[in-house]
Amino acid sequence: MKQLVILSGKGGTGKTTLAVSLIKLAKNKMFADCDVDAPNVKLIFEDTEILEEKPYFGLKKAFKYEDICIDCGKCEELCRFNAIKDGVVNINYCEGCGVCERFCPVSDDQGRKAIRLEDDSSGTTRIEKLNNEIFSNANLKIGNGASGKLVTEVRKNMYRYKTDENLAIIDGSPGIGCPVIASLTGIEYCVLVAEPSISGIHDMIRILETSKNFSTKCFIVINKYDNNFEKTNDIEDIAKEKGVEVLGKIPFDERVVRITNKGKPVVDNPDTEAAKEIINIWNKLKNRLNIVN
Amino acid sequence: MKISVLSGKGGTGKTFLSVNLSQVASDSVYIDCDVEEPNGNLYFKAKDSKIKNVDVPVPVVDQDKCTGCKKCVEFCQFNALAYVGGKLKIFNELCHSCGGCSLLCPENALKEINRTIGKVEFGFSDGIQIKTGELNIGEATGVPIIEKLLEDMDYSKNNIIDCPPGSSCQVMESIKGSDFSLLVIEPTKFGVHNINLVYELVKIFDIPYGAVINKDMGDSKIAEEFCEKNNIKILGKIPYDEEMGKLNSDGYIVAKENKKFEKIFKEILDKIEKEVRL
Repeated sequence: MKQLVILSGKGGTGKTTLAVSLIKLAKNKMFADCDVDAPNVKLIFEDTEILEEKPYFGLKKAFKYEDICIDCGKCEELCRFNAIKDGVVNINYCEGCGVCERFCPVSDDQGRKAIRLEDDSSGTTRIEKLNNEIFSNANLKIGNGASGKLVTEVRKNMYRYKTDENLAIIDGSPGIGCPVIASLTGIEYCVLVAEPSISGIHDMIRILETSKNFSTKCFIVINKYDNNFEKTNDIEDIAKEKGVEVLGKIPFDERVVRITNKGKPVVDNPDTEAAKEIINIWNKLKNRLNIVN
Repeated sequence: MKISVLSGKGGTGKTFLSVNLSQVASDSVYIDCDVEEPNGNLYFKAKDSKIKNVDVPVPVVDQDKCTGCKKCVEFCQFNALAYVGGKLKIFNELCHSCGGCSLLCPENALKEINRTIGKVEFGFSDGIQIKTGELNIGEATGVPIIEKLLEDMDYSKNNIIDCPPGSSCQVMESIKGSDFSLLVIEPTKFGVHNINLVYELVKIFDIPYGAVINKDMGDSKIAEEFCEKNNIKILGKIPYDEEMGKLNSDGYIVAKENKKFEKIFKEILDKIEKEVRL
């Protein structure tokens, strides 16, 4: 099975808009939403059957038991994340390292420390079925630090259901940090959605650099290319210099917003210029990935 | 005053708002906490900035002292240590710098050294103080850089915090202690869904908030209804405007280029200041 991830570095360039259209066009595939921080693919594919839904325990957190605690302050002194203040644990800052538990000097008669790590839900994972196809996704609990681990879990969940699909499409998250690294690991192909702006170019270069640490082949799609022709030219020049193919240029189209707001992939209205170009991009991708679909 | 600008979804206009609000505010400090993809200084182009590396402590092992007891390996919650081929190996990228391993090593074989994960740059542009941070490529978390950017904040100035997208630990770190959070909403199904996440976050942190609708194309009902339902005050609407979009995409600060645009941001800033004083 070939694996394709959609990334962009900068947020809001159109990752999900492109991803849901590719998902609609591709046959015999599975798909996942790895933007666990702000998952939106589900908004387009609402009519699913939920196969599994469960809490995900990614990181443990410190919990304090006042009946055992002697207020010695050791945990507070050693915690590097300022997660314990005046003897109270702030679970939002706890990274679950376990230093507090390890160095807590007191325990009860069963050997349990006054402060100890316990399972804490980092979010919810879901495996769904849409027209017989597997769709894996998750929600990260607000403010949680386990996004990279959760991304890995979402991908694992998808592969657990693999039968004879020849493609997996993964919608990624913005940035270049842990969730992005977790979604690039072991992936053969990546489409970078770039936006013709000073920020879009800056961020595209950073995500291209990040992808170099992996054996991932990248392609570029320029979205809303006609908003700034000079910057579009710049992207094409950079792509050429870095040896990355520009698969297509999607024009700005007011109707895209309206179609998406109705909860539909752009390619559901194939007469729009944006949809035509996405279909064109998909045909090129099929060829580059060497898949019959 | 500390105003944090956030949105959940990427690309809704956080940097656009933050940069232009910093431009129209007096005595302002622009702080770019989106250290994975920092874009604010592409607009300000601050000169003669002071650059400082941001380091985090990571363990190094003295192989002569290590007896292979593996206590550190068993302790590390992040799998940053492994004992392979009769030697202790350390995976720096996985280390959270908790310091536990070097504290507990019975042989004192582990000590901590500093490892650079990124940098901060402090400079000035047109009288505006600019603080930006940048995470090195391949690093997992920018939280220590955000901490560096926000330390020693002068609350007598107008500090405007450009937050990262999402609602994870980095956003939390950025908004801590804010006097006000400005929620930038894109009037789309995605935009409204994602603003809900950061709206929950500012409520948890008990920060006063208000919203700006960006890229308003005359039909922002989807965002207005969300705000009304949740009792979020709309402090302004920024129309979708080709000229403004083009200027911004070319790296210009629109409030500096055109009085008409300047007025939009001044009005939003006035409203924020009123909200904070309440």
